[in-house]
Amino acid sequence: MRVTFTVNGRPQQADDVWEGESLLYVLRERLGLPGSKNACEQGECGSCTVRLDGVPVCACLVAAGQAEGREVVTVEGLAQYADARSRRTTQDTTATQDTTDTTDATTAADTTTATDATTATDTTAAATRQPPPLAPVQQAFIDTGAIQCGFCTPGLLIAADELLERTPDPSDADIREALSGNLCRCTGYEKILDAVRLAAARTTEAR
Amino acid sequence: MEFLRPASWEEALAAKAEHPAAVPIAGGTDVMVEINFDRRRPDHLLDLTRIAELYEWQTGDQTVRLGASVPYTRIIERLAAELPGLAIAAHTVGSPQIRNRGSVGGNLGAASPAGDAHPALLAAGAEVEVASVRGSRRIPVEEFYTGVKRNALADDELIRAIHIRKAAGPQQFSKVGTRNAMVIAVCAFAIALHPDTRTVRTGIGSAAPTPVRARAAEDFLNAALAEGGFWDGGRTITPSIARRFAELCAAACDPIDDVRGSAAYRRHAVSIMARRTLGWTWEAFRAGGDTTGDTTEGGARCA
Amino acid sequence: MGPGRTPTPTKPRQGAATRGTIGESTPRPDGILKATGEFAYSSDLWHEDMLWGCTLRSPYAHAEIRSIDVGEALAMPGVHTVMTYADLPAETHYGLEVRDQPVLAAGRVRYHGEAVAIVAADHPETARRAAARIKVEYAELPLVTDEATATAPGAPVLHPGRTDRHAAHAPHPNIVHRQPIKRGDVAAARARADVVVRRDYEVGMQDQAFLGPESGLAVPAEDGGVDLYIATQWLHVDRDQLAPVLGLPADKVRLTLSGVGGAFGAREDLSMQAHACLLALRTGRPVKIVYNRYESFFGHVHRHPAKLAYEHGATRDGRLLYVQCRIVLDGGAYASSSPAVVGNAASLSIGPYTVDNVDIEALALYSNNPPCGAMRGFGAVQACFAYEAQMDAVAAELGLDPVEFRQRNAMEQGAVMPTGQRVDSPAPVAELLRRVKARPMPRPGGSADVRELPGGLSNTSHGEGVVRGVGYAVGIKNVGFSEGFDDYSTARVRLEVLGGEPVALVHTAMAEVGQGGVTVHTQIARTELGVAQVVLHPADTQVGSAGSTSASRQTYMTGGAIKHTCEAVREEVFRRGRERFGADHPGWADAELLLAGGKVVTEAGEVIGDLAEILGGDAIDIEKEFRHRPTQPFHPETGQGFGHVQYSFCAHRAVVDVDTELGLVKVVELAAAQDVGKALNPLSVVGQIQGGTTQGLGLAVMEEIVVSDGARVRNPSFTDYLIPTILDTPSIPVEVLELADDHAPYGLRGVGEAPTLSSTPAVVAAIRAATGLRLGRVPVRPEHLTDT
Repeated sequence: MRVTFTVNGRPQQADDVWEGESLLYVLRERLGLPGSKNACEQGECGSCTVRLDGVPVCACLVAAGQAEGREVVTVEGLAQYADARSRRTTQDTTATQDTTDTTDATTAADTTTATDATTATDTTAAATRQPPPLAPVQQAFIDTGAIQCGFCTPGLLIAADELLERTPDPSDADIREALSGNLCRCTGYEKILDAVRLAAARTTEAR
Repeated sequence: MEFLRPASWEEALAAKAEHPAAVPIAGGTDVMVEINFDRRRPDHLLDLTRIAELYEWQTGDQTVRLGASVPYTRIIERLAAELPGLAIAAHTVGSPQIRNRGSVGGNLGAASPAGDAHPALLAAGAEVEVASVRGSRRIPVEEFYTGVKRNALADDELIRAIHIRKAAGPQQFSKVGTRNAMVIAVCAFAIALHPDTRTVRTGIGSAAPTPVRARAAEDFLNAALAEGGFWDGGRTITPSIARRFAELCAAACDPIDDVRGSAAYRRHAVSIMARRTLGWTWEAFRAGGDTTGDTTEGGARCA
Repeated sequence: MGPGRTPTPTKPRQGAATRGTIGESTPRPDGILKATGEFAYSSDLWHEDMLWGCTLRSPYAHAEIRSIDVGEALAMPGVHTVMTYADLPAETHYGLEVRDQPVLAAGRVRYHGEAVAIVAADHPETARRAAARIKVEYAELPLVTDEATATAPGAPVLHPGRTDRHAAHAPHPNIVHRQPIKRGDVAAARARADVVVRRDYEVGMQDQAFLGPESGLAVPAEDGGVDLYIATQWLHVDRDQLAPVLGLPADKVRLTLSGVGGAFGAREDLSMQAHACLLALRTGRPVKIVYNRYESFFGHVHRHPAKLAYEHGATRDGRLLYVQCRIVLDGGAYASSSPAVVGNAASLSIGPYTVDNVDIEALALYSNNPPCGAMRGFGAVQACFAYEAQMDAVAAELGLDPVEFRQRNAMEQGAVMPTGQRVDSPAPVAELLRRVKARPMPRPGGSADVRELPGGLSNTSHGEGVVRGVGYAVGIKNVGFSEGFDDYSTARVRLEVLGGEPVALVHTAMAEVGQGGVTVHTQIARTELGVAQVVLHPADTQVGSAGSTSASRQTYMTGGAIKHTCEAVREEVFRRGRERFGADHPGWADAELLLAGGKVVTEAGEVIGDLAEILGGDAIDIEKEFRHRPTQPFHPETGQGFGHVQYSFCAHRAVVDVDTELGLVKVVELAAAQDVGKALNPLSVVGQIQGGTTQGLGLAVMEEIVVSDGARVRNPSFTDYLIPTILDTPSIPVEVLELADDHAPYGLRGVGEAPTLSSTPAVVAAIRAATGLRLGRVPVRPEHLTDT
């Protein structure tokens, strides 16, 4: 089957996709985006974490066909995504990140799609400008020694970036909970905590 | 394999009628694992993620009608007041990424005895709304589980929503795993106080071929609470009542030995969780406090 | 003396003017690529026209293969070839130390998951479907699963007709290797002992659980050879096993290191290397193989499970008189590195303590369990769990503080090992213990946040049943290859002027598996050549062997090789300088010149030459080998011998909260202190210690491959083989000591493994303190804590 969706702000199309393929396989093997990692393929390690319509998910558990028409952000597009967000925040300091609160609670649908339409527009616009090569979390992971083998890094970066988007000044317990779906076998997590704390501090400082 | 993408509930039912062996897929947190590891090769995958109504919920006077695909994250964030037990259970599901995709409908569809939502549904009281081109019906959740990974769905039926009684009193959920996060239940226990009917209901997960209520324990406790005038008197539950309740909960288990835990441990752990959660909920009830039974201050009581 | 005998330590001034030299926390050179998703791991590779390989594995642990029918599989559209044992072109077996493992099962399978057939197809799903259609007829055979079944009269002999070098000393053909160590007089010491403690211990089978699955891409070459892009720990030993299997000369089997997603020992043996190459050569097409997590559990060796029996005797005043112990390691179906693991377990079996009388026996079995081999800590982990539990038990018998008791018996520099080897560099065992003990305690429990309580998010306790415990442990690990192994590494360094700037190209075959070798190697080259720009050539087999990225040895060995080669390059710079400019300045006659900031500088700091001018258009390109000082094999009966190159020491203090009713554990803090000789990159050193500590925590409370019901692996998934999450891992404060080992480059000491040893017994000691239970087995399960 054919699957068409947007990855990191660019329309993508994959043909001859076997119906049992995961979004992860399509990203890695068909679209040349192997940054999302294939560590467990059972939703137990978080290495393949991507944003699907803004929501962090395990790409290994999304059927390729379910991505049809959706917006995906992978580690390859994280710097651009974070840059677009930070410019949006600076431009309009009154803008709220989360529009879900405006929905009537009694008949609330999942409105993330609507929220992210704006993100997509901004991301596309950002493509014409040279974004910084690294998102704040990426720089912080490098600076604090949070990367060893690096196989868990892409998923952790997506999860950590999303945490800081929601909670700019997280407690250690918040960080641990937000990253509890991302296994790392090398670091013992201490430097990863350091990295998220550092990224939070730098981002808050920059505002 | 064929990938079916119905755009509406009616189309989904028609597709399921045409292909009764089609495997419904929403969050994919069970189905995709089976496909990735070559354990399942259905002829048809029936994608339910385009059906918006499955992601919606409505809060009525007595119940919450929870769309089958509402992700656990949404339950934690938005329904902790109405469905506190389920919200706590939802918070123990997998990882944040899994909670963003997984849903109660998926838990019911898979009908694994280890599904985290089941004990909370049993304790709260719930009915599963299922439908086919033939019409729809509501199945009490107790009757929905028919065996290990088997449920009461007919071949042409899909789960549309779950009608869960809104909490009238404190509810709790506990789950034992051998890790402090992202772990499948070794066993789990849920309790709900229903002061409106002066009853207590329970749910046990992963300690029998299906999720079960500890009915003898409920009967004992309901009688003991009534006889002792506990509901009116605001008294602390006596240790002997709590102990007997815990024993009867353990006796309701029919567990197995497997790599996740021994049968003996499962019985033991259910009794401990039963005693503790009874204490938490009853103390919350006495304090007239919130429905989560959270009497300790602050904290990240789940949800 | 070998050509690479340890050179004289360099004066610290060399490279002082350059940034990013040794001792700094320089960032990883691959950090940006890894943070942007652009770093190419072995599973990320892609080639035009490539096929996908798939492996069919045995569902039985021990069976005769009566027949294999590949006809139906081969007939499937999209399938390019199917291979079995009958199709192997040359040598049929491989192995690290003993070539006893069939490339594809040879008429008999000896463990659950053994490779039987391989398929190449145009899509991984096609390959899987084809593998499922291969018909194999098995006849099950009786199982060997432990020492009793391995050595019982009439036990099936798993490897008849052994000719390996250990066979002659092995008391039974199902024993891979046995190493006794005897010193002093245990019987006499026992008679004098005031306190005797005898207990049994058991260590479960731990998995390395690296995150990047086994994977690689084999590309057939026009010369009939093959190029393999692979995640491995040792390129050359892979090549040396592959070439005979492929029937090719070594120079036609070219390996290049791909990105490696962790290793921890699990990539020391071959996994899919031979299979991918065989399929590629057979089809003439590039072949990629990527294991999924399920297959990964069958695709690599694990940590040896062990049964250990210990007896310690001590005097009333707290002096150890003797230790008698017996360590039985289950090596599983094939030898892998079992003999070396036995050597480590035996020689390190009593820990970092001075004991005059020892009677030690360690052995590894052949069985039908999964093959076991290298994992971080390598034989020392199992022993450390037991001897540290014994130290606590003896201290308790004596009524002594466990740290005080350890300190009284702690070895120091000059101490004699059970093997008779004198420890000839610092051994600050007592000091490490003092440091972890002196740390302030974490704040008391009783948190209202379930995330900080045992059970975590699962909401099992709001404080009920929770008891805090504190435990200590210290361990000793050898660094580098031991027992007379010719352990060397090779570095090629090319110094040239590019665009007016001096640039050093460093080429080694060192496998970067995440440990940060690339970082420290860059720092070493900057230090030794005083140049800012250092480029690392991709690791491949076009340069000499670097040895394995294991045994905590790469900073020492390949770092040493780079240092050694850079010194030769530096001398060549000075030689050329003297030749061309010697007459211009009297400083050229100085014995000690330095390279700094691209200049030649005298010891007094005077610049007398410019690197760019000296080199001109002529590069200096030197490849040299480096060896650590030689070691000796252990005597087969007495175990005596100068067996190890270097020792490293780490101590831990664990603080845990235990839900004593539910048997759930939350480790609150795990403080470490380690002597690293010299921290070449302090950030990386701390990262290694924290990572190793966490793997030890995993073994203590959750990690075990369960093998049962016919020697089958019961939990080959990340759903049921659990490794610590960030909510299971506590704060890990680290204190680093730098007491130089004068035999090693820069005085450094291998870092990676020691923290994995003492972490496990420290956590279990803390659980014992909280519960009062004996706990002789790891991982500690809730059942053990609740007697269920």
